[in-house]
Amino acid sequence: MRYLCLVHFDVNILLAMTPEERQDLDRRSIAYDEELRRRGAFLRSDALEGPDAAVLVRRRDGKTLASDGPYLETKEQMGGFILIEARDLNEAVDLAAGIPIAAFGTIEVRPVYLIPTPP
Amino acid sequence: MIDLDRLYRQERGRVLASLIRLLGGFDLAEEALAEAFLAAAQQWPQSGVPANPRAWLVSAGRFKIIDRLRRRSRFKALSPELQRQIEGEEPPMPEDRETIADDTLRLIFTCCHPALPGEAQVAMTLREVCGLTTEEIATAFLAKPATIAQRIVRAKTRIRDANLPYQVPEPAEWPERLDAVLHTIYLIFNEGYEASHGEALLRRELSQEAIRLARLLVTLHPDAEAEGLLALLLLHEARAAARTDAAGDLVLLPDQDRSWWNTDLIAEGIAHARAALARPPVGIYTLQALIASEHMRAGTAAATDWNAIADLYALLASADPSPVVALNRAVAIAMRDGPEAGLDLIAPLIAGPLAAYRFAHAAKADLLRRAERWSEARDAYQAALALTEQTAERRYLEKRLREMAD
Repeated sequence: MRYLCLVHFDVNILLAMTPEERQDLDRRSIAYDEELRRRGAFLRSDALEGPDAAVLVRRRDGKTLASDGPYLETKEQMGGFILIEARDLNEAVDLAAGIPIAAFGTIEVRPVYLIPTPP
Repeated sequence: MIDLDRLYRQERGRVLASLIRLLGGFDLAEEALAEAFLAAAQQWPQSGVPANPRAWLVSAGRFKIIDRLRRRSRFKALSPELQRQIEGEEPPMPEDRETIADDTLRLIFTCCHPALPGEAQVAMTLREVCGLTTEEIATAFLAKPATIAQRIVRAKTRIRDANLPYQVPEPAEWPERLDAVLHTIYLIFNEGYEASHGEALLRRELSQEAIRLARLLVTLHPDAEAEGLLALLLLHEARAAARTDAAGDLVLLPDQDRSWWNTDLIAEGIAHARAALARPPVGIYTLQALIASEHMRAGTAAATDWNAIADLYALLASADPSPVVALNRAVAIAMRDGPEAGLDLIAPLIAGPLAAYRFAHAAKADLLRRAERWSEARDAYQAALALTEQTAERRYLEKRLREMAD
């Protein structure tokens, strides 16, 4: 089964880090992707720019509407994702717990929903 | 072609159990398990499956983890035992057959530790020992996968934080611990005997594993209820071959071809049931084994001594006043006194605790059919069908419905 691990964290914690600490975190994050790949669990991952770089898009009555960033300020923001393959939800949880940012952020593990093919 | 999926299902539980003992905890052991199967997937297609795949997997998993720990050299957080292993002084413990055989039992005693809540014990056992996925367990318990996942994570954390020992306890502790362990072995057997989901009506290896564990318990500690449980499992297993027909459809007890029953298992089961009966107090597994013995002594379904069976159910109902036992007692009374007597007893169960229990609706339907109350019977079969996911059971209910349409 596939699970999407959404990585949430408080960006102030990153900003407070020394360059060395930041590099160490980046190194460990890349190494963990590599570890997941070696175990056959890795499908894809990416880090994301902050919410202030986001554009919100809607289509209403055939018109496209675009607006700035998120609606509300939350302390932890989604900063990246890892899509993994795991045997079951508990294995996915164990793999998510190994993500280095889990030590100060929150990983939201969401099972991938398979849309049934419409008849 | 190597069927790794099949090997995984067969070996996962026992390989994990041994790795937990060798590495001292669930976390490292599950990592090691993944490594072991990864190594197998890479090596076996070239080298072939080793003579003893289980021992190979245990040793490969352990080696990979110890090798990695050595490189990470996180020695300080580890147990002294594991440190000695990493420093490479000695192989851990002798890998004789006895030690390996006890690992699953050790794992069950840990999963059933009284410090863990009952629902977590069951979920852990089904996942770690039987190899069910979180999602499958959730389906079986009509719960959300996220709820089951958290239960399992908390239980594992508790095992680690409270340092719950990974061992079969001293005989003095058995009385307090045994009930949960017997219940768990019974669940493992049932998961094999009537898998709660999917195609396979019988996951035979789980049933056989449960029988192996029950035998082991009786050898380690001659407890009457453990022996009663062993008797019960043997008597169920004796009928396994007669439970499905050539098309894989379910055949219920009265319609089974008794020449397919395994007479050796019946003799062994009845002997254990008698031995357990001779050492009162008589517990719930022994009573169920005695009920099964009565069924199996009868040469034909018509020759069944329903008087004796109804009496045994009365005893069982007082020892275990659960609605499911009350349901079975109602069926036995219906066989003795006629379907209406049984229907009177089932009605309050379906109105109450067994409203969503598929076997209650199926039993009611069968009794209505025997009473020739056709339209009510059809409704009851439909109700049972709506609650049934298991494929062979669905076919059975659909067949009954078709028969009544004629």
